Amino acid sequence: MIPAGLMNTLQITVLVLVAAGATVVVRTRTRVHQVLALSVYGMLLAILFLVFQAPDVTLSELTVGAIALPIILLLAIAKVSKPDRKRER
Amino acid sequence: MGIFPFLVVAWVVVAGLYGIITSRDLIHQIVCLIVVQSSTYVLLLGVGYVTGGAAPYFFDIPLHTKAVDPVVQALALTDVVVEAAVTALLLSFAIQAQKRFGTLDPAELAEFKG
Amino acid sequence: MTPRQRLWFFAVAAAGLVACYLWAFAGLPGFGGYPGPYGQEILRVAVQQTNATGVVSAINFEYRGFDTVGEEFILFAAAAGMSVVLRKLREERETEPADEAESRTVPPSSSAVRVAALLMVGPTAVLGWWLASHAQASPSGGFQGGVILASAFLLIYLAGEFLSFRRLSPDALLDAVEAVGAGGFVAIGLAAIAMNLPYLDNYLPLGTIPGAVSSSGTIALISFFVGIEVAAAFVLIVGELLGQTLLRSA
Repeated sequence: MIPAGLMNTLQITVLVLVAAGATVVVRTRTRVHQVLALSVYGMLLAILFLVFQAPDVTLSELTVGAIALPIILLLAIAKVSKPDRKRER
Repeated sequence: MGIFPFLVVAWVVVAGLYGIITSRDLIHQIVCLIVVQSSTYVLLLGVGYVTGGAAPYFFDIPLHTKAVDPVVQALALTDVVVEAAVTALLLSFAIQAQKRFGTLDPAELAEFKG
Repeated sequence: MTPRQRLWFFAVAAAGLVACYLWAFAGLPGFGGYPGPYGQEILRVAVQQTNATGVVSAINFEYRGFDTVGEEFILFAAAAGMSVVLRKLREERETEPADEAESRTVPPSSSAVRVAALLMVGPTAVLGWWLASHAQASPSGGFQGGVILASAFLLIYLAGEFLSFRRLSPDALLDAVEAVGAGGFVAIGLAAIAMNLPYLDNYLPLGTIPGAVSSSGTIALISFFVGIEVAAAFVLIVGELLGQTLLRSA
């Protein structure tokens, strides 16, 4: 078992990283860059949940927040950023 | 350490709301909504944490070891997966808005009616 | 309202929100001082009552199973809603996937990506299936297993082209699997009513070893149904978004 002092330091570090990650995600204005930042933020959240002794939620957040959500977002961005070929002619 | 995780929760909520309000792009707003929603997971798990507690799985540790609260984990678990589906639905609305109005700027979209 | 005015208004409102948050957090017992009693009580009795060592899954599918039915149907409704919202509009026509291929200027994906994705399809599908069927033992469960199972299909799209993804995930099959998953969960609960037990009661044999695959009665069965429903819903969602790339306005 991890000693209590080390666990506390780990938790505080990851909490600070999560707060910083949220700020970065919000401040990124380009669409694709923001999706990549969201993926990293999802991984940071997964680490936070692991340190909070919740492995089930870690697994969910990792698969959803770092993989499925960015895929869905990238597909939607590809659709809305695509110039319509008919109109361009 | 007593209140620090909850301060982080408040910071994430305010940051996400700031992103939604100052956004000029619907997709950016949706991602900021995801950030706001993620703060609730941190809050749930933070409320249920027990100092020195293990994860509530007794597969390999003896029964009645001190464990963290499992109820909030169950809530957060289904929450995470459902959030993805709701985000997908929001994105489909954004796609149709782009098709119909040609723009994803919330300021311009507000002028259209119907 | 100009952006600067909006920002000042937000600053005042955010200050009020943070004040309310701080007031609320001051009343909490502090991080790490969870007082119980609900969580401690469940930890005490869960393994004896259900023979499931994964207490979180036992809560999700047994003690609070009714909530999980609702959450699963949120997923179901979101996938159905996407199919409705992203329907073909009057002025759009669907192009054939093959038509778009000739005039592509996008470089084809590298062979490294394709080989790696192809190799990962099998293990990912097995992992997702394993997770969905072992909810009662360790940190796994229907929701996570379903998402990983869906990502196996996405790997097929990454490894090949859109055509192979479409052929391997026909809409009719996905709709049927999703309906079986969602309906199966409800049917298990209704079968309990047919036996004069409360809805979603655990009536299957509980097994002898806590944490074995055949233990914990309906929990394992429900978790499996939830897994296939979540997988089908996610593949449908991604398929809808991919199909959007084929639509062109006439």
